Amino acid sequence: MKVLKQLALAASTVALFAGVAQADGLQGKVVGFSQIGSESGWRAAETSVTKLQAEERGIDLKFADAQQKQENQIKAIRGFIAQGVDAILVAPVVATGWDAVLQEAKDANIPVILLDRGVDASEDLYLTSVASDQVKEGRVAGEWLVNTVGDKDCKIVELQGTVGSTPAINRKQGFEEAIAGKANLTIARSQTGDFTRSKGKEVMEGFIKAENGGKDICAVYAHNDDMAVGAIQAIKDAGLKPGTDILVVSIDAVPDIFAAMVAGEANATVELTPNMAGPAFDALDAYLNGGTVPEKFIITESKLYTPADNPQGEYDTRKGLGY
Amino acid sequence: MKTRVLSRLISPQTMALAAVLLVNWILFPGFFDIEWKDGRLFGSLIDVLNRGAPVAILAIGMTAVIATKGVDLSVGAVMAIAGATAATMVEAGWPAHTAVAVALLAGLACGLWNGVLVALLDIQPIIATLVIMVAGRGIAQLITEGSIVTFSDPTLIFIGTGSFLGLPMPVVIAATLAVLATLLVRRTALGLLVEAVGVNRSAARYAGISANVLLLAVYVFCGFCAAIAGMIVAGDIRGADANNAGLWLELDAILAVVIGGTSLLGGRFSILMSVLGAVIIQAMNTGILVSGFPPEFNLVVKSGVIILILVLQSPLSATLFLRAPKAKTGASK
Repeated sequence: MKVLKQLALAASTVALFAGVAQADGLQGKVVGFSQIGSESGWRAAETSVTKLQAEERGIDLKFADAQQKQENQIKAIRGFIAQGVDAILVAPVVATGWDAVLQEAKDANIPVILLDRGVDASEDLYLTSVASDQVKEGRVAGEWLVNTVGDKDCKIVELQGTVGSTPAINRKQGFEEAIAGKANLTIARSQTGDFTRSKGKEVMEGFIKAENGGKDICAVYAHNDDMAVGAIQAIKDAGLKPGTDILVVSIDAVPDIFAAMVAGEANATVELTPNMAGPAFDALDAYLNGGTVPEKFIITESKLYTPADNPQGEYDTRKGLGY
Repeated sequence: MKTRVLSRLISPQTMALAAVLLVNWILFPGFFDIEWKDGRLFGSLIDVLNRGAPVAILAIGMTAVIATKGVDLSVGAVMAIAGATAATMVEAGWPAHTAVAVALLAGLACGLWNGVLVALLDIQPIIATLVIMVAGRGIAQLITEGSIVTFSDPTLIFIGTGSFLGLPMPVVIAATLAVLATLLVRRTALGLLVEAVGVNRSAARYAGISANVLLLAVYVFCGFCAAIAGMIVAGDIRGADANNAGLWLELDAILAVVIGGTSLLGGRFSILMSVLGAVIIQAMNTGILVSGFPPEFNLVVKSGVIILILVLQSPLSATLFLRAPKAKTGASK
């Protein structure tokens, strides 16, 4: 019941994500969607946004949850091919092992669009892929800090994602690119918070102790919002004001970071949009109805949100998406 | 008696803790600084105790289970269930004490399930408890519907972040539990009975011990401890994170027990030493955080130190360094 209510709420506010509503480009088309699972709030939001996008355009979406298993995804794709769908969306759980099943789809003349993650397969086996640019996300966060701090000296502490994970590597790289050449900005400490709130809080506690009770820290850059939420609590526990004494910038734009912005405790977040399906359907529309072959890599926008962007409204909108 | 106290003070565990703290102090000179801030103690050493408390609480329950020659892999998942239960209930408008009680009951129920599988159905503990380790996180995710349930209930937050006499609440809870559990097993025959079951279950049964009831009880106790730890972790971040709460902490808890000198083959155990083991693990984690090492080194440093501690504890090193094999019996008690 709660899920239904959330969907209804989300539907009423979907205009924010929908972009320009299409005429009847994909009306009545059947599209199969093989989703990885629902391991995170973002994934759940991606699923609900995809369903809403499909509904908006009158697409008959066949949804298959793979529960983190590639064999389930391959089975689902084969099922879609057997049903003769018009197109297939896949959020691939791993990068390798897709050649055979993608070839089958190609032989059946069904365009495949990859969402959110790429695959190690020949590029002619899929129509296009829609993903965010994680390096750019880091860069947008870094540029915000550069512009905000100005000429002041600023000691930054960084909460990294899981060591060795692609988003952690890329978001770190992008941020470093943005602050490169600015002598007044330095990353004083950098540790992994495993993308979780509790580790983010624990690591931030350590940083505060190590940097003169937090007085030397000017900003914290977290690779995701959850770690930032944890860090905000650690800053408060140390008797400092997050958002004022220590600037907080992070990536993802989940509802709780907007709640923190409303309270004046977070300064900026870069959106990893859950709306991968929108650009995918647009590309599909252009391809099926106009014969336009899209670019191989469609990059979603990495939008910056600050307290000036109606955080309360963003919170209310996103809360209904299953984050 | 005097030699026993002395050998306890220079046990491998205390030496390891001293060594880890010393290294922390060398890497970060302010490590032992403690100040009074907003009515509570504040400093790295306090962080070690505060962050180590959930694993210490898990280790208390785990010690009892391991002493019976068992193991409980489900504690991390039970933490997630308890946190999810408490958070979802207070968000739904239930009073905090009801939510806490139901969360504890959930922990007891999980423990009872494990106990029934192990004691009555004779399933090997590692397999029996694997059921909830895997399924439990799913149950927690069902309770939270996959998202992080944030709450603002003051009682629940107090459990995770409050303070009592200047000490963080998790430390107070862990210390109280450790003392009560130690008194219970050492001032009564309970500890002896647990050890008897661990050494030889059928012999213990023939000697008149209700081995099944005892086994049920230790798993229920372990589930109870996990539920407390789960609420602390949830209260700490003001939210129940079903995906990550307590993730892999069962392994830290087992490690704490092993560092504490309790054998995985059951028998003799020491709850206080297990708690010390948890503090050693956390001292290492906090040390890495304040030292400024790149995160790529975290696991390497941790495993290196652990290998060192375990080698120090081994009978071989007792023979080599103390040149008196008998000393090891005193040290591990």
